[in-house]
Amino acid sequence: MKIMSPVLRVAGLAKSFFMHAQGGLELSVLRDVELDVAPGECLALVGPSGAGKSTLLRSLYGNYRPQRGSIRVRHGDGDEEKWVELVNAEPRITLDVRRHTMGFVSQFLRVIPRVATVDVVAEPMLRLGASLEEARQRAEFLLSVLGIPERLWSLPPATFSGGEQQRVNIARSLIADYPVLLLDEPTASLDTANRDGVIDLIRERRNAGAAIVGIFHDVAVREALATRLYTVESPGVAA
Amino acid sequence: MTAPLLSAHGITKRFGSRIACRSVSFELWPGEVLGIVGESGSGKTTLLNCLAGRLAPDEGSVTYETVSAGTVDVHRLSEARRRLLTRTEWGFVNQDAREGLRMGVSAGANIGERLMAIGARHYGDIRQSASDWLGRVEIDLDRLDDRPTTYSGGMRQRLQIARNLVSNPRLVFMDEPTGGLDVSVQARLLDLLRGLVDRFHLSAVLVTHDLGVARLLTHRLMVMQGGSVVEDGLTDQVLDDPQHAYTQMLVASILPV
Repeated sequence: MKIMSPVLRVAGLAKSFFMHAQGGLELSVLRDVELDVAPGECLALVGPSGAGKSTLLRSLYGNYRPQRGSIRVRHGDGDEEKWVELVNAEPRITLDVRRHTMGFVSQFLRVIPRVATVDVVAEPMLRLGASLEEARQRAEFLLSVLGIPERLWSLPPATFSGGEQQRVNIARSLIADYPVLLLDEPTASLDTANRDGVIDLIRERRNAGAAIVGIFHDVAVREALATRLYTVESPGVAA
Repeated sequence: MTAPLLSAHGITKRFGSRIACRSVSFELWPGEVLGIVGESGSGKTTLLNCLAGRLAPDEGSVTYETVSAGTVDVHRLSEARRRLLTRTEWGFVNQDAREGLRMGVSAGANIGERLMAIGARHYGDIRQSASDWLGRVEIDLDRLDDRPTTYSGGMRQRLQIARNLVSNPRLVFMDEPTGGLDVSVQARLLDLLRGLVDRFHLSAVLVTHDLGVARLLTHRLMVMQGGSVVEDGLTDQVLDDPQHAYTQMLVASILPV
């Protein structure tokens, strides 16, 4: 098997939270995180609750702002492809990386009032320049694979159950075929049948060459998807 | 995307001895929606008015990249050229729709007037554009000939948006566009604005004290306190990982629903 070079590189990453209201309490969560992820790999973050797995994942997406270190991602088409630094990046750089290169599946869908489910899912693909018809077709395909009944597609997801919203969120995050995927408990609150559908979709993306970093508490999901494990240790706990 | 659309360079504005806005600098790039948040009196509306050329700053300058005339210094333009800019390439949505509309003429005339200001003369075309825009902001076409005095608050605000967008601006300034509206009316307006910004690739500077509105509509945020920008960044960074004591306090003050 050909060894691919990494598309995501993290070096010397440190993140702490400084809470002014608590008399200036500083909570150090990540220290000296080093990791590489190559296409076709799925790196599962493991470690006890509170170790900083979500903090690391959110830092990779540029949602949290690390104090030190580097997060670099391969970004851009063809000859334009280059390493882009995300720590302290300008907003438009991070937004461009999110639009084209990095997808994030969180546990919660941030609902936009009044927008139909099919359009919520289609939006990331439209932003990449796909036609409305093409994007809607792909959205309907994903929704049907994920077991969202067709009668719900034209409704806004605000009133859906937790599991349904979760699957809408997954469909939205997978529609754009991002080269790098970050997954925060993608199967939490799903039943077995739907969980298996999600595993299949993610595995398909991995085998097609996506570089994946994820948090999977469910051991069966982790075993089905992970190619490697990375143990996150909180500096407070590590000796 | 080679140059910023709008740049603020060290904007300072005083009212007497009080500093309303202190050396604010930033660049707005094409397609970006920037939110300015902070409590009442933090200087956000003063900053917006300086950016939009409505108020002359005491120090600093605002530059704008025009479609055809290169970069201009907004406050050094002649009054006529600045007025032309505000009617063609810019829009301004006031919190109070009555300030942005002419209440004594019909909705259609409110929209058509902006087109006529940039040279449209054909009555049929103007009326057609007005109807198209009324539809886009979800106002029934049979209200085209009614005056905005007969409209509800939410409808007036949607009409003001149509009046601003009909001339196809690139940059829209918005001052609390959903302020003073019922929550359900707000949601509809937010959703409409979000769709229009996306569809017409608008850049925008939006002043709001509502962090929920900022979360939904903006890409970037600047947090103002006592006239100074205390924190800025991507909207989700500022709201999910606030750094400054004041931002942490603002975010912690959002009532959970």
